[in-house]
Amino acid sequence: MLRPLAVAVAAGLALALAGCADGGAAGDTAGGARVLSVFAAASLTDAFSEIGEVFSSSSPTSSPGVEVRFNFGPSSGLLTQLLEGAPADVYASADEATMDEARAGGAVAERPTAFARNVLALAVPAGNPVRVRGLADLARDELLVGLCAAEVPCGRLARQLLDREAVRVAPDTEEPDVRSLLTKIEAGELDAGLVYRSDVRAGGARVEGIEVPESEEVGTTYPVAPVARAAEPELARAFVAFVVSGEGRRILADHGFLAP
Amino acid sequence: MSRPAGLDARVALTLGRLDLDVELQVGAGEVVALLGPNGAGKTTLLRALAGLAPLAEGRVTLDGDVLDEPATGTWVPTERRPIGYVFQDHLLFPHLSALDNVAFGLRCRGERRRRARRAAGEWLERLGLAAHARSHPRALSGGQAQRVALARALAPRPRLLLLDEPLAALDAATRLDVRAELRRHLADFDGARLLVTHDPLDAMVLADRLVLVEDGRVVQSGTATDISRRPRTAYGARLVGRNLLAGRMVGTTVRLHDGGELHVAGRHPSGSLVHVSIRPGSVALFRTPPDGTPRNVWSGAVAALEHRGDRVQVDVAGPIPVVAEVTTEAVADLGLCEGAPVWVGIKATEIDVYAA
Amino acid sequence: MLVGLAGLAVAFVALPFVGLLQRAPWSGLPALLARPLVAEALGLSLSSALAATAISVVVGVPLAWVLARHDFPGRALVRALVTLPMVLPPVVGGAALLFALGRQGLVGRWLETQFGILLPFSTAGVVVAQTFVALPFLVVTVEAGLASGDPRYEDAAATLGASRWTAFRRVTLPLVAPSIVAGAVLCWARALGEFGATITFAGNLAGRTQTLPLAVFLALEDDRDAAIALSLVLVAVSLAVLVALRGRWFARL
Repeated sequence: MLRPLAVAVAAGLALALAGCADGGAAGDTAGGARVLSVFAAASLTDAFSEIGEVFSSSSPTSSPGVEVRFNFGPSSGLLTQLLEGAPADVYASADEATMDEARAGGAVAERPTAFARNVLALAVPAGNPVRVRGLADLARDELLVGLCAAEVPCGRLARQLLDREAVRVAPDTEEPDVRSLLTKIEAGELDAGLVYRSDVRAGGARVEGIEVPESEEVGTTYPVAPVARAAEPELARAFVAFVVSGEGRRILADHGFLAP
Repeated sequence: MSRPAGLDARVALTLGRLDLDVELQVGAGEVVALLGPNGAGKTTLLRALAGLAPLAEGRVTLDGDVLDEPATGTWVPTERRPIGYVFQDHLLFPHLSALDNVAFGLRCRGERRRRARRAAGEWLERLGLAAHARSHPRALSGGQAQRVALARALAPRPRLLLLDEPLAALDAATRLDVRAELRRHLADFDGARLLVTHDPLDAMVLADRLVLVEDGRVVQSGTATDISRRPRTAYGARLVGRNLLAGRMVGTTVRLHDGGELHVAGRHPSGSLVHVSIRPGSVALFRTPPDGTPRNVWSGAVAALEHRGDRVQVDVAGPIPVVAEVTTEAVADLGLCEGAPVWVGIKATEIDVYAA
Repeated sequence: MLVGLAGLAVAFVALPFVGLLQRAPWSGLPALLARPLVAEALGLSLSSALAATAISVVVGVPLAWVLARHDFPGRALVRALVTLPMVLPPVVGGAALLFALGRQGLVGRWLETQFGILLPFSTAGVVVAQTFVALPFLVVTVEAGLASGDPRYEDAAATLGASRWTAFRRVTLPLVAPSIVAGAVLCWARALGEFGATITFAGNLAGRTQTLPLAVFLALEDDRDAAIALSLVLVAVSLAVLVALRGRWFARL
């Protein structure tokens, strides 16, 4: 009985280790290139991946041999990692409150730069089978509705919005991050959910977005800053500069983000 | 029409390297011992009779009821065969007391719990195990476990009792007692009994008839006397401790296949193939060429010596290799030791000759 | 040397717990544990893990028996398939469950239209996810127990007139009882700690699908003290059960 267990344990360990490796250690050199480690909110996954590519290949401000490694996740989870000393050069959060905490905790020393704004939108499976038209539909009992958990920024934002508009929603699930919420909408398991406007773009053809005009008032602003103990402080500043440059803004806009 | 009582079977099957094809009859009230070397297929035969291994061909009938016949698609599963099985290592259920082990079969045959346990208690008492009814198998001695296994197999009143090496798991001392007891208990049972063993003494003490199996085939069957006087295979001869030689009759001599000739007293048609069997005790050994009576005399050399109680077995190499049995004094008198020259003499009247 | 390595292993396993204890907000603990969320998550975890274990025993013991006692074409494949959830990242398992048993899933669609059963976002879905990841622990343990036992006891039972079912119930089951208990404990422990498959398949909603590990994960987002308090509850409960049962049953394996 021990053998299959041992194999399972070993395999599990290997997977866990592989997962850890993705975080990337700042200051590593990969094949001689300098490595910039960026911790960014999960909602930035697509936009920042593209920015990273452009930054490392064509940006005049960076030396040619730069590899950008990302650690995407919930802003607050990334913050916990930063506060525990995870090696990172740049931190981009999905709201200012989390960034303030990072500053208060000493993980970020420099003044953060606001680089994008995101608002909420309704996401429904492609074809909108249950005909969701606006925020008020979320109160419909027969619908399976998902929100982000109140512990993460997109969840906080959703509750602010719903409170403001006095829409009473009994969600069927409170997902730990916006990606997992979106996945369940894409799969058609949820009828509707409140996600970032940028996420609807990322969802591609399997998700349909419905603009929520009321959400303009309760958007979130994304700040970015070099990390206090960055191994590559110069490179970190260059990256931040690139994000707020015209090129960076254009890429962000392509992915559904608004200007700050 | 009265139905034939007892077991009538032809069992043919292959299992791994074993190719088994055996015909066997055991009458009701008869005890038959199945003897054979390891791997001969004895246990497989028992398992086939019990329905634990399916036949490829043949037929198993018990008291006229067909239990297994592939040709007609007849198949009675193990649990519905009126067969009791005593396994070699008893296989008493370790989580049940002796009493519940014995009651198990009765419960399975639909007896109520109370009645089954009462009947089981009676069986244990009959086998002298009343004091151990509550004991679990691991607390029983080998002999006690063997009796519980017997009680368990007999309690549901089977019509055929199969015993696989019932004495093999016992040490030499208990073996004698248990053998005598087993003989008594087997005598009380009126169904057919088939017993597997590789010990000729067990077979002779316990069985009315012996069946010798080698390589999946019956090579000889008969009473203990038949087989011990007239073994037909090297294994059988070794089992009964006889010299066995094969040859062809030419007048009153047998021309042996392996060389040499023996003068014999028996009358068989000239030219027929015969077996020759000689008791080791009938082989006389001499220091010098004997004169007079023995018709068959040759010289050889001692190949091996082995003590058997107050007697010594002497393997003599020579034109006709034989085993002699002499007293320990004779060994000293003749100065026998490995390699020593010796003369062999056998009277024609001491040689059993029978058709091969 | 061996003792040294063993000590190292113990230290390696114990260290994270020491870290947890050292960070524990001891003074605020009573207040944190008194939150209804804790009792809810703990109650849901205990009951769903128990249900998952019960289901695993009911279907897993016969499966282990089939795997141990019967040679059939594809047995190696079935065995590999059954143990797959042990090595698969639980999130993958959860996604697979969603595609099979979700509203739009292969079987899930039929369950919903025919019986109105909706597994995702329900407590039943939590049990399904936990069963999926925990079942292999039971099957592997029981199969090993069966394999080390003598199949001829079942033959002996058959010669005494026991049907296959009776032999299984009255002989095989009692003989592998220690393995079943050991397997059930492992299975329960795995179900109790289940996170990835649960959140992917069943979602997260306090009182309905939020088990203790999910609550810990979310608490980590904004209230680390609460997360640590919840973790302590999980550790304490698991340790209590493992210690209580291990001394009694595992020694016999």
